[in-house]
Formats: sequence, C-alpha cells, structure tokens
Amino acid sequence: MRFLLRRLLRALLMLLGVSLLCFAFTQMAPGSFFDEMRLNPQISPETIATLRAHYGLNRPVPIRYAHWMLSLAKGDFGYCIAYNSPVGPLLWTRAKNTLLLTATATILTWLIAVPLGVWSASSRRRLADRFIGASSSLMISVPEIVVAVALLAVAVRWRLVLVGGMVSLGFDDLSLWGKVRDLFLHMLLPISILLLGGIGVVERHVRASVSEILDTPYMNAARSLGIGRMRLLFRHALPVAANPVISLFGFFLAGLLGASLLVEVVTGWPGLGPLILEATLSRDLYVVIAATMLSAILMIAGNFLADLLLIASDPRIRDGEAHAQ
Amino acid sequence: MPGPLLHVKDLRVRYLPESGGKVQALEGLNLEILPGEVTGILGESGSGKSTLASTLLRLLPASAECSGCVVFEGEDLLTAAESKLRRIRGSKIALIPQDPAVSLNPVTRVGEQISEVLRAHLRLSRSERKQRVRQLLVEVGFEDVDRIVDAYLHQLSGGQRQRVVIAQAIACRPSLIIADEPTSKLHSELHCQILALLANTVAQHDTALLLITHDPTILAGFADRLMVMYAGRLIEQGPAESVMRRPLHPYTRALIGLSHGHTSGNRASHLPSIPGEMPNPLHVMPGCRFEPRCSEKMGVCATTDPQTFSPESSRLVSCLKYGN
Ligand SMILES: Nc1ncnc2c1ncn2[C@@H]1O[C@H](COP(=O)(O)OP(=O)(O)O)[C@@H](O)[C@H]1O
Ligand code: SF4
Ligand SMILES: [Mg+2]
Repeated sequence: MRFLLRRLLRALLMLLGVSLLCFAFTQMAPGSFFDEMRLNPQISPETIATLRAHYGLNRPVPIRYAHWMLSLAKGDFGYCIAYNSPVGPLLWTRAKNTLLLTATATILTWLIAVPLGVWSASSRRRLADRFIGASSSLMISVPEIVVAVALLAVAVRWRLVLVGGMVSLGFDDLSLWGKVRDLFLHMLLPISILLLGGIGVVERHVRASVSEILDTPYMNAARSLGIGRMRLLFRHALPVAANPVISLFGFFLAGLLGASLLVEVVTGWPGLGPLILEATLSRDLYVVIAATMLSAILMIAGNFLADLLLIASDPRIRDGEAHAQ
Repeated sequence: MPGPLLHVKDLRVRYLPESGGKVQALEGLNLEILPGEVTGILGESGSGKSTLASTLLRLLPASAECSGCVVFEGEDLLTAAESKLRRIRGSKIALIPQDPAVSLNPVTRVGEQISEVLRAHLRLSRSERKQRVRQLLVEVGFEDVDRIVDAYLHQLSGGQRQRVVIAQAIACRPSLIIADEPTSKLHSELHCQILALLANTVAQHDTALLLITHDPTILAGFADRLMVMYAGRLIEQGPAESVMRRPLHPYTRALIGLSHGHTSGNRASHLPSIPGEMPNPLHVMPGCRFEPRCSEKMGVCATTDPQTFSPESSRLVSCLKYGN
C-alpha cells in the first residue's frame, strides 16, 4: 500500500509539474490577445480593460493559474478567446481517436511480442531464437518515419488499405459490419506502422528477462518436479519476469504516444497529432498547450497503470520489500 | 532380495565451461539403490555430489556432457525420451534441492507451488488438489496450514521453506527421494527436526532416500548404506553402520575421525577439515586422487590409480592398501 501511495503521489507531482510548465508557456508567449485591439482606434481603452477583466487577465498570476487548473479539472482545458469557447471539446474528439489507435496498438503489440519473447528465450541460440532476434533488431533499428513512408507508398500503390481519415465518406449509411470493416481498413496502416515499431523493443525485453529467469535455481527446481515445458515458461518463468517487463510498459506507452502523433500526421488519422501540427503552424497557443497537457496526462496515467500492474504481479512489492532483482 | 530400484553404471560427467577447460566432475561411478533403503552419500564440498543428483534426473546444464547408464525401472534415464523423463521427475524420483531459499518461486503462493506438482502428474480435480495440498502441509509438520497455503516465499522462515520443498517432493509419493544437503542451509537447532521428518516420511511410505551430505554426524543411525565420494569417484561403500564403525579408506577414516571430535552438542556449524585440498579437477594427475593428503600413502600411490577391492563381504574400497 505504501508503494501505491508513493507512486500516486509521484503521479500527482508530475501532473503538477507539467501543468506549471504548460502554464508558464502561456505566460511567456509574447503579447496578449488584446494587444492588437489596442491598435484599433475604434475600441476604447475602457472596453479593452473591461474585456481583460472579463477574461481575468488583470488578476495576479497565481490566481490565473488556479483558474486554469480549475478549467483543466472540468475538462475545458483553458479558454480559446478567438473562438470564444473552451478548448476541451475540440480536443476530446481528437484524443478519443488517438486513444483508439494507441490502445489497439498496445494490446496487439503485447499480445504478439510477449509470446515471441518467451519462445525466443526458451529456444536459446536455436533457429527460432536467431530469426526472432534478427527481426527484432531490424524493427528496432529502422526509424518509424521510414517504415511509415514505405508502408504508405506500398499501400497507396497497391490499394491494399484505405488511407486518409478514419472512415470513408458514406460511413453513416453502412451496415454495422460495413462500418467495422471500413474502420478496420483505415486503421490497418497506422496500426501496422506502430506495431513494427513496438514489437521489436518489447520482444527484446521479454526475451532478456525470461532467459535470465530460466537459469535460476527455482526454475531448475520446477524442472526437477516434472512440470511441462509450456507451463514452466508461462506459469513459472513469465510471472517472475513480469516485473522488469512491466516497468518497461510505462516507457513503452510514452514512446508509443509520440510515435502515434507522428503516424497520425503521415497517414491522416484525425487524432491529436494533426491537430497539434495545425495549431503549432497557426500559432494557436492554447490548443498546443492543451494538447501537450493532455498527452502528458495520458502518459502519467499509463505509468500509474504500470505501477498498479506491478503491485498486482509481485507480492514482494505489496509487502513493501525491497525490489528483489 | 528385490532387485535394485536404481542402477548406475560407469557414470561420467564432464563440465565444459564457457571460460574454457574441462572439469571431470564424475569419473566412472557404479552404484545401486535398493527400494526403501536410505543411502547416504558423504563427501567434501566439490566432490561431485550435486552433480550426481542432477545427473540422476538428467538435469545437467547444457555445458555438461555425460556417459554411462542410469537404469530406473528397466530404462536408461540418460537416453530416455524427454516426455518420459518429465513423467518420472517429481512423480517417481523427486529431488529436494540444496537451498530452499532460492528453489521456490518468489511470486507464487506456496499452496499453488505444491499443487503444481500434483497437477503435473495426477488427474485430480481442483478441490481434490487443494485438499491434498493441505494434507501434505500437515504431514510436513505445519500447524497453521491456512496461513502457509497463501504465503509467499519471503514470508517464510528457513525451516518452513525446507518443509515446503519436502512437501513438494513427497506430493506424488515417489519411490526415490534425492535430498541434496537438506540441512546445510539451516540453523543447527533445526537439523534434527528436518532429519526426523525425512526419516518418518520415507519409513511410512517405504520410499528410498539418497541423502547427500558433507556431515557424517547426520547419517549415524539413519542411513542403511553409506557411499563416500572423493574427487568425482566413489571410494568406499558398504553398510552404514559397519563403515562408520570401521572405515577402511584413509579418507573415510579422516572424515569420520574428525566428526567424532565434533560432538553433536557443538553448535559450530562448520566441520573441522582434513588438511590439504581436493585435486584441481582441471588438472588430473596420475595415481590415487587422495595421495597428496593421505597419511597412509605408499610409494606406488603416486603412480597407480587404485581399483576397487572388496576386502570383506558387502564392503568396497578403492585404495591400494587393500590390493593383495
Ligand atoms: N555448472 C558447472 N560448470 C563447471 N563446473 C562445475 C559446474 N557445476 C559444478 N562444477 C564443478 O564440478 C565439481 C563438482 O561440483 P558439485 O557437484 O557441485 O560438488 P558438491 O555438490 O559435492 O559440492 C566441482 O569441481 C565444481 O567446481
Ligand atoms: S591408494 Fe594410497 S594414497 Fe590413495 S588412499 Fe590408499 S593409501 Fe592413501
Ligand atoms: Mg553440492
């Protein structure tokens, strides 16, 4: 429990830090929205003062920070003065799409990479291990952007998948099956790119920690008791190997989110990626900051999830023992 | 007289470590284990006792090569199919490992770890397995079974861990249990308790026991037969009582003589040792392996490798003194 509390506290502190940084950027941004109005002779200084007061810009910085935090908590993510509306709702639709992509990619990556890693570790130095190892190295060494562009070129050329956007134009008229199919075909390309980037890394880690476990005396003891190969690997070795692998999970999520933003831009997936790009180009500061803040929240939540998994998988941590190995 | 349960013929094991070199860990072992008998294997650290234990179940690391035969129920375990071996391990021959602190899984509950052994060999329902696990825990002397079933390794004391691995070993009522220094990692006060537990269980179920140790005191009054190992060889064997009372080999004499000075009331856990060291297994010299440390050596000992002689009925000894 103390472990959980410590990690919860750490997550909250990280959130606070990120929010302070984001807020600092809004303050550091040169000028304010009303500077341009000042140049307009038709708007009296009194009007501007009233407007500033209305949006709370004349209040001291800590109070403005508190207000901003409040709007964060409400899910508004600050106020976009230009559109006279909160940034939140705009962001949420995009964030949902990013989440759909990253969650699917996460599940698939781990479903594929964990058995591969275990298999590779158990067939040490044999053909399967070498083949899996070489493929992983290749996947790790080729940058995502190259994979993305290559796959995009292939996909467009042979019309294998649907590229651009998330659904086709006539999506609403399709049957349920048609909708699923359409969405699947749109997801195929971005997901494939993310999988190619992630599987190698995860497989490597799983292999390393499982093969370390396979040489331990308790695996020998389990072998001496006649426990079968598959059970030995998945029920005896994997739960112990899970500890370092779960720690990787937090980093993995961070990396995946970054990769996803890029892949969304390349494949035209309507997630946070393209939104951040547009907003940056048009200097729509509040949107950029809100999107950054949202990414940070997703990442911190992912790390916290990893901590929860750690507690669930390792009784030594639950009992507040020092990390064994 | 019934035939032997296990028959080892000319067993040789060599380690080929990655660092290079060859370690001859076992050199032509011949032995028989009879059903229901307690056989003590006595030898200093490094004499190859643990290697013998792993070889009997074909659990040597990949860096080792072995030759010879280990015949169990009419089949050579060294050449049997892996699936056949899996069914023998833990169900017909069980190994109690040397250090229970590292031989149990740190993230799985004790009850499940015992249940795993039952699951691997017997067709039992979930609830039958649960029931059996609790019976086994009672059998190895636990009173608070409820707590132990759900406990993890780090929540147990050394003695409790030892009892848990014993419960795993007896779970399927094997016909042979190999115990590799079952008390060496325990506080000396617990030695008697654990040995009594082992003695009881094997007597009750007529299980043969191969008890490996470097400490002759724990074999007295317990072992039926005694085998003494030195540098990868069996140098003396015979009925335990007769060997203990009147050891023939100079090495056995030294070992047992030392242990007489070391009464069981003495709480120091380390035994006094014979002066000198075992030969380096990387550099094999001609002649008797014990020659450099032997107080009774003769001129021929440095050049002649002693054969095994039988100076009396049921006694075997590898020492040139007994060559006619
Ligand atoms: N995995 C291994 N690789 C290389 N040498 C080993 C290995 N295991 C044991 N040995 C060597 O084999 C000999 C016998 O070791 P062991 O069977 O552990 O003896 P004991 O159990 O009697 O102390 C020793 O010289 C030891 O150094
Ligand atoms: S053969 Fe010689 S050296 Fe070896 S134990 Fe016998 S007497 Fe000693
Ligand atoms: Mg040993």
